[in-house]
Amino acid sequence: MAEPMIADHIVEYPGGYTRSIGPAISRYLTGLRDGRILGVKSKTAGVLVPPVEYDPNTSEEIGGSDDDWVEVGPAGTVESFTWVRRPRAEKQPFSQPFAFALIKPDGADTAMLHAVVVSSPDDLSIGMRVMPHWKVARSGSVRDIEAWVPLPSGVTPPAAPPRTVNADGEGAVTGLIQPIKLHYTISAGVATTRYLDGMAQGKIAGGRAPGSTEVYAASRGTDPKTGEPTSIDVDIADTGCITTFCVVNIPGLSALAPPVPFVSAHVLLDGADNTIMALIRGCEAHEVRMGMRVKAKWAEKLTRTHHSLEWFEPTGEPDAPYDDYKDNL
Amino acid sequence: MAGLVREAAVEALADANMTWDDIDAVVVGKAPDMFEGIAMPELYLADALGAVGKPMMRVHTAGSVGGSTAIVATKLVTSGVHERVLTVAFEKQSESNATWGLSVSQPFNAALASGAGGYFAPIIRSYIERSGAPRNTGHIVAVKDRKNALRNPRAHLHIPDISLEMVEASPLLWDPIRYLDTCPSSDGAMALVIGSEAVADASKGPVAWVHGMAMRSEPTMFAHRDAVNPIAGRECAKDLYAQAGISDPRKDFDAAEVYVPFSWYEPMWLENLGFCAEGDGWKLTQEGVTAADGDIPWNPSGGVLSSNPIGASGMIRFGEAAQQVRGRGGDYQVELKTGRALGHAYGGGSQFFSMWVVGSQKPQN
Amino acid sequence: MRNVGVISYATSAVARDVVHNEIEIIVPVLGEAIERSTIPKADIGFVCSGSLDYLFGGPFAFVAGVDAVGAVPPIRESHVEMDGAWALYEAWCYIQTGEVDSALIYGFSKGSSGDPLELLTVQTDPYYTVPLWPSMSDMAALQARAFMHRTGATERDLAEVAARAQRNGMSIDYAVRADANANADALLSGSPLVSDPLRESDIFPVSDGATVIVIAADDVARKHCARPAWIRGFDHRIDPMGFGVRDLSRVASATKAAQKANVSAGSLDIAELHAQFSHEELMLVEALGIDPTKTSVNPSGGPLAANVLMGAGLNRIGEVANAITAGGANRGVAHVSSGPCLQQNLVCVLEGE
Repeated sequence: MAEPMIADHIVEYPGGYTRSIGPAISRYLTGLRDGRILGVKSKTAGVLVPPVEYDPNTSEEIGGSDDDWVEVGPAGTVESFTWVRRPRAEKQPFSQPFAFALIKPDGADTAMLHAVVVSSPDDLSIGMRVMPHWKVARSGSVRDIEAWVPLPSGVTPPAAPPRTVNADGEGAVTGLIQPIKLHYTISAGVATTRYLDGMAQGKIAGGRAPGSTEVYAASRGTDPKTGEPTSIDVDIADTGCITTFCVVNIPGLSALAPPVPFVSAHVLLDGADNTIMALIRGCEAHEVRMGMRVKAKWAEKLTRTHHSLEWFEPTGEPDAPYDDYKDNL
Repeated sequence: MAGLVREAAVEALADANMTWDDIDAVVVGKAPDMFEGIAMPELYLADALGAVGKPMMRVHTAGSVGGSTAIVATKLVTSGVHERVLTVAFEKQSESNATWGLSVSQPFNAALASGAGGYFAPIIRSYIERSGAPRNTGHIVAVKDRKNALRNPRAHLHIPDISLEMVEASPLLWDPIRYLDTCPSSDGAMALVIGSEAVADASKGPVAWVHGMAMRSEPTMFAHRDAVNPIAGRECAKDLYAQAGISDPRKDFDAAEVYVPFSWYEPMWLENLGFCAEGDGWKLTQEGVTAADGDIPWNPSGGVLSSNPIGASGMIRFGEAAQQVRGRGGDYQVELKTGRALGHAYGGGSQFFSMWVVGSQKPQN
Repeated sequence: MRNVGVISYATSAVARDVVHNEIEIIVPVLGEAIERSTIPKADIGFVCSGSLDYLFGGPFAFVAGVDAVGAVPPIRESHVEMDGAWALYEAWCYIQTGEVDSALIYGFSKGSSGDPLELLTVQTDPYYTVPLWPSMSDMAALQARAFMHRTGATERDLAEVAARAQRNGMSIDYAVRADANANADALLSGSPLVSDPLRESDIFPVSDGATVIVIAADDVARKHCARPAWIRGFDHRIDPMGFGVRDLSRVASATKAAQKANVSAGSLDIAELHAQFSHEELMLVEALGIDPTKTSVNPSGGPLAANVLMGAGLNRIGEVANAITAGGANRGVAHVSSGPCLQQNLVCVLEGE
C-alpha cells in the first residue's frame, strides 16, 4: 500500500462562540470587570465563589435577591495547586511556567480555579495567602484577574486599579465571545487512501466485499449493508448518469462552491452500485436532467485529492432510461 | 445554557406535580456538541437539572436524538430500573450557527459544497419525479405549518400573513426548495417526566400513556438505497404500529407530530409512515387531510418548520403528541376521537428513526 | 430483574494508528467480538455505541460505526456521547424490558488525532474554566494534591501505582505502555513532571482503538457462553462539576454508585478501575471500599497501560468479565468514570456462576 495519508485539521468556529449568560454569571463577570469578586449565598454550601445559579446539592435556584450576594476577598488561601511545566501558550494565560490553583477567597466557602504566578514551584504551598493582580483593561471575564500573587503577611491587598474605559460602557456584562481552536491530525484510512491514489491517476477506485457482488465507488472501508470490508479493488468508469440533483442558488456556502447557480447531483457511475455526489458543469443549470449522461472532468494537474475530479459534464449521449437508475434514488 | 434547559425542566416537573427529589434519573439529549462548543454539556448541567447524586445519561443520535432520548428515558422506566425519569433535549444554536456546525468537514472527505439543503433537495426532486406531485405541494405544507404555529405561542416563527404567494415568492435556494420551505435555526429545550404505571396511575394530571416505541437505523449510503422512502423508516413504523395495535394510521391517530424540516418531507413521510400508499402522499396534503381541520392533522403545533432547536426538535414532536392526548394542546388542541397520537423524529441522511405512540387511555395489553 | 451476562469481549489499542480511520479500526474488533459470541449478527437484538465528536474532530462520529456494523436490513441502534460503558448500561436496561435478549456494544476513538489532555478542557465550565484552559492533567493534579493533602499519600505512592500498571500491562496484548521492569524509583527519577505532582508516567498514554462487548440474557447467554460474567449490580451517579463545591479529595458519586451496586455484598477477586491518573486508583480504592490486599486491582494495567477514550471504560467491564469467564475470578467490580476530576462514576459488579 502507498504511504498513509495524514493531514492537519483545525476545528474553530469563526469569530468564537457567542455565549449568552444567565443572571448569576452576569453578576459575577460584571463584578470582575468592576474589580470586585462576588459570591452568592446558598443554603447547603455557604457562599459560593464563583457563583452558580443553582444550589449544587439541592438544585434550588439561588441568588434571586440582592441580599444573596456578597463581596469576598480580595485576599484568599490556596487549597490545592499544580505547576504547569509546559504551558499551552495559545490557550493558557502564560507562556512561562505558572501554577493553577484552587483559591478560596476570604469570606467564601468554596474555592475557585485560577492562575498563580510565582517564580518557582517551591514557592507554592497549601494554605499560602494570595491576592488578585487585576488587569487594567477589564472586559467582564475571569481573565480580568491577570493572576493571583503571594500576599506577604501584614499587607492589605490593594483595591483594583480603575479600569480602562472602553466602548463596553458600564452596563451589566451580558455575554461573552469564546474562541475555541482545536488542532487535529487526521488519517485518511486505507479505503480513502486507495480512492485518492486513484484520483492521482485520473481513475475512480471502487471496492467490493468478498461476500457481495455490489461495487462501491468511494468506499469508506466497508460494505455498509454488512460491515464486511471492501477488500477487493474494482476500477469504475468515469462515466455515468445523473440520478437526481438540485440547483444551488445560495452564493458563498463554501469556499469550493462555484458561482451560482450551480448544480449538485447524485451520479451513478457505470460499474458502481451506489451514487456519489458531484458538481455538474459544462452546461447551463436549467439544462441538467435526471438520467443525463455525464463524464468526469479531470484537473489538468492530477493530485492525491478530491480536487482531481473537478466536476462532471454532459457527454451528449442520449439520456439513460429511468429504469436504469430508478433503484438509486 | 443552564437557564434554557432549566426552564423546560421546571415546567415539566410542575406539570407532573413533582419536585427535584422525586426524580430518580436524568437523561439528556442533543445533537452535535460543536454547536455550543462544549463537549458533553450535560456534565456542566448536572446541578441545573437536579441530577447531582443521581444517574445521568447523554444520548446523541443526530436529528432523531430528541425522540431517541425520550425512548431511552422511557426504557429506564419500563425496564423496572427507575420509577420517575426526567428527560431533557435542547439546542442553543445561537452560540454558533448550524451551517457551520453541520459542515465541519474532515480532511479527505469530499466537501459538500452545497449545505444541508443541498443534501436533501435532490432527494426531494426524486420524490417529485417518482410521485408526479405538483410543484406547489411543498408550499401548501409550508403555509399550513406556519398557520398552525400562529396558534402556538411557543413557536419560534410567527408569520401572520403567510400565504402560498409569499412562499412562492421566496428565494429558490436549492431548487426545488424555496426559502420558506425550510426550517428556522432556533434555541430551545423540551422536557418530559416519564413515570411508571404506578406513578402514572397516581398522577393528578392527565397522562399520555406510551403505547409503543421503536427505533431503526440504516447506513447513510448503500447500494440501491431508497433515500426517498427509507426502509428504516418503514420498518420502524411497522414495528411501532404492531406494538400499539395501529392498523390504519390515518384513522387510528387523532394527530401526528412528524419531523418535517423541509416542507416536502410531509408527503414523503406520509408514505413512509403508511398513512397512504407510496406515491399518494402529496394527494393527502393537497386535499387538506393533514390540515388542522383535516381528518388527520399533521404538526398542529407548527412543527419543525416553525421551530427547530435541532437536538430538541424530536422530543418536541414526542412531547406535542403527548400534549394532544393529554388534552393540553391549548389553541391548537385537536379533537380527540381515538385518543392516540404519533410522535416521530429522524436524523442523519434520513437514516436514524425514532417514533412513539401515545394515548389518553392506558394500553390494553 | 433478568440475568444479563457478558458473553464476549474484544479490544484493540495502539499508541498511534496513522493507517486506519475510525471505521477501519472498529471493523476487525467488532468481527472478533461477534465471532467469539457465536451469536449470528442478525440475531443480536440491539446495538449501542459510545463516542465523542470532539475526539473525532467533527460532528457525528458515531455515524461511522453504523457502516462498520452493517445495517441493511435496518437495526435497532442508539448512541451515547459518553464512554461505551454507558452504552452497555443503556443496553442492559433495554434487555430488562424483555423486548430483546442480546446486545452489541462498542466504544472507540483515535486519541492520537488530537491532544486529549488539551482537547478535553472543552468539557469544563465554559464561562469560568475554559477561558483559563487548564489541561486535563492540570485539573487531575489539583485533585491529586487535595487527596494527598488529606490522606498523606506521597509521590512515591503514585509512582508505585504507575509502575505496577506498566508491569501489569505486560499481561494484555493491547498495552500501549508496558514494561516488565518498571519500578517506582526509576519513574521518580526518570519520568518528567508534567503537572506537579503528576509525572508523565502518572498520566494515561494516548491510545487509538476500539472495545466491543456482547451481552445476553439468561438462556441466550448460557447457550453461547460456558461461563457468562453475570451483571449483579449496576449503577452510576454524578457530582456537580464545580471544583470548589465538591470535596475534590473524595469521589462521592463513586461511593454512592458502589453502594447502590452492592459492591460490598461479597468478596471481590478483581477490580478494574478507570483510573486515568495514578492517584485516581488510590482514590477509587478508597471510594469503592476495596481492600487491595484481598482484591487484585487493575491486573490488566488499567487505563495507565491503554486508554482508548470512550472505550477504556468498557474495557474495565470486559477485563473483569474475561477474568470471570476464564475461571480465574468469581466476583469482581468494574468502575468507569467521565468528566473532569472523576465527576461521574459508574460501577458494575460481575459474578460467575
